[in-house]
Amino acid sequence: MIEAENLTKVYGIPRDRAVPLLRRADREDAVRNAGGFLAADGVSLSVSPGEIFVIMGLSGSGKSTVLRMLNRLVEPTDGSLRIDGLDVSAMSQDELRPLRNRRINMVFQHFALLPHRTIRENAAYGLKIRQVPAKERLERADQALRRVGLERWRDSRPHELSGGMKQRVGLARALATDAEILLMDEPFSALDPLIRRDMQELLLQLQAADQRTIVFVTHDLNEAMRIGDRIMVMRDGHVVQCGTGTEIISSPANEYVSEFIADVDRSRVLTAANVLRTPLVTARPDESPGDVLQRLENAEMNGVFVLDGADRVLGVATDEALARALRDGAATLDSCLVGDCHTVPPDLPIVEFCDLAGRHTVPIAVVDDDMRLLGVAPKAAILAALAAPRKVGHA
Amino acid sequence: MPRIPIGDAVESGIQFLLDRLGGLFDVVSAALTRLVDTVYAILVAPHPLLLIAVLSAVAWFAGRRLPLVVFTVLAFLLVASMQLWVQTMQTLAVVIVAAVIAVAIGVPLGVWAASSGRASVITRPVLDFMQTLPVFVYLIPAVFLFGIGVVPGVVATTVFAVPPAVRLTELGIRQVDSEVVEAAVAFGSRPRQVLREVQLPLALPSIMAGVNQVIMMALSMVVIAGMVGAQGLGAVVVQGITQLDIGSGFEGGLAVVILAIYLDRVTAALGSGGFKRRRAQGGGTVDLALPKQVADVS
Ligand SMILES: Nc1ncnc2c1ncn2[C@@H]1O[C@H](COP(=O)(O)OP(=O)(O)OP(=O)(O)O)[C@@H](O)[C@H]1O
Ligand SMILES: [Mg+2]
Repeated sequence: MIEAENLTKVYGIPRDRAVPLLRRADREDAVRNAGGFLAADGVSLSVSPGEIFVIMGLSGSGKSTVLRMLNRLVEPTDGSLRIDGLDVSAMSQDELRPLRNRRINMVFQHFALLPHRTIRENAAYGLKIRQVPAKERLERADQALRRVGLERWRDSRPHELSGGMKQRVGLARALATDAEILLMDEPFSALDPLIRRDMQELLLQLQAADQRTIVFVTHDLNEAMRIGDRIMVMRDGHVVQCGTGTEIISSPANEYVSEFIADVDRSRVLTAANVLRTPLVTARPDESPGDVLQRLENAEMNGVFVLDGADRVLGVATDEALARALRDGAATLDSCLVGDCHTVPPDLPIVEFCDLAGRHTVPIAVVDDDMRLLGVAPKAAILAALAAPRKVGHA
Repeated sequence: MPRIPIGDAVESGIQFLLDRLGGLFDVVSAALTRLVDTVYAILVAPHPLLLIAVLSAVAWFAGRRLPLVVFTVLAFLLVASMQLWVQTMQTLAVVIVAAVIAVAIGVPLGVWAASSGRASVITRPVLDFMQTLPVFVYLIPAVFLFGIGVVPGVVATTVFAVPPAVRLTELGIRQVDSEVVEAAVAFGSRPRQVLREVQLPLALPSIMAGVNQVIMMALSMVVIAGMVGAQGLGAVVVQGITQLDIGSGFEGGLAVVILAIYLDRVTAALGSGGFKRRRAQGGGTVDLALPKQVADVS
């Protein structure tokens, strides 16, 4: 559990001179006039155990600064930081070292491996600092390397490995220490897209098994959406918005966030729940075909979902079938029920079903595990969600 | 313009040192003489052919290149046949002692200079001063303080050879990828551990280039050391010049060149590659205060 309050970093001027400036109303200008730079301004965040928390923003927005304040590689100018209830902001260097070694590890953008050491020695680095005996630490390094699929390479040196493999070593180095918190500073940004994809998968797999607390910095929104439970968007040292990927996509806080999310693959982020609408017309199986047909005509629709008493979808009645039943003098809808529809769960990404929209006489039905109708996903709503960044409402 | 008596001040400073600390200089002088004599004794103890074999082996292990070994054998045989073996070993002893001292002073200073901007700002002008001041200018006070003989030569050589060791160590450490240093800190290393396990090993090629420079500087001081009474090739060359004996002067110069080429190639090979390979196999730590090739020769 990471709880940070009001973390602030001023570069370029000593702390005792910077702190009074921060109390002023025009702090940003005051800091700049004193020759400093306000790289992070009152950043508060809290990350729960097992969560992947993503910090996102353009270059220079202060992501790395905030991340490094969490293990005090960058000394906060102001603010408080607690990790699992411990007051980290008050710790001395001597207290910080075991904290970094045992509880908070880090993965770096350019891997930061020791070139003169073998892969296993690199993976065992944290344990070496902890003074774990050689035999045990190499065993644990081997286990970590096995988890990232690099066991075969353990006696090689970093320069013999590709970028993706090097970052696997970076991951193994952090895994080997069993630290519950992982800080990752653009760990996959230096990799080509396919490898990046693999590494994201690997991270998610490891996370499913270990439930670490991960703070992950990236400037790639698609990556943020794929792996982040929550995303914090930063700009010029400020937090602009913090929420789940869907929240950010469907209601961006301002123009900056909208621009940021403009090129994200919305169909993978938005789900059926985001395009859910209340159906205009539904019917019960014991209604008369004439009544239902009348309602369809009024709503200018060609089909209707027939639901039982618990709102479970029994089938679809089309206008043609209803007309036929009316001619035949049927009293209920039983004879006109067909299964001619598509049902999806609410958490299914739009990309998985958008091609089916408009295929049937009725819209796609969004149902829960019990086949109860939650709503419909009309084609128009799907298209609107994929197209317009701002005008999409919540479910 | 009033005359500012800097020269007088220095002169009286030296006199002051002599009066008050004369005993200390005598001790240093005796220790250095002893050191040079010991190294020399070790170098001339085996038969020249045996030592040539040892030097060739060092050349082989440094770079694993046959041409260097062939050169070593032929060149040192030539030295022996010119009857300059004893003088060459005297010179080698001075070079080794001066280089070891220069490295022992220079590398820690370089580490310190890399540790903060202020340290770097302090060392730089001092190094510039040491390197550009004409050698004779501090050779003469050295003679005053330590007397005629090998010691002022060693001292002057050391002063001359320290700057590259400091500069290249500082440069090497500053060039170490800051992310790797950060990683070491992020995993809980102490500053000392960061230095020992990350900064020094990664700066090693640059530090070895510094050692190489130190040795070259030391060799270039040899002739000058001969002028203040140090035995060795310097004395041979100086004698050749003063007696207008072109032949023996040239022979002495040739021996200096041979020594220079040998030491340069061996330390260069150690700096790139050879060193890393052996570290990879042995996995031991490097003792930077005593460079490998020096340890191997003595
Ligand atoms: N040590 C430092 N001294 C002075 N300014 C710094 C320092 N480190 C960072 N900055 C400045 O602080 C700002 C934020 O830097 P930071 O590295 O946190 O950004 P970032 O969001 O991680 O960017 P990037 O995507 O480029 O890594 C930048 O404008 C940078 O120039
Ligand atoms: Mg960054």
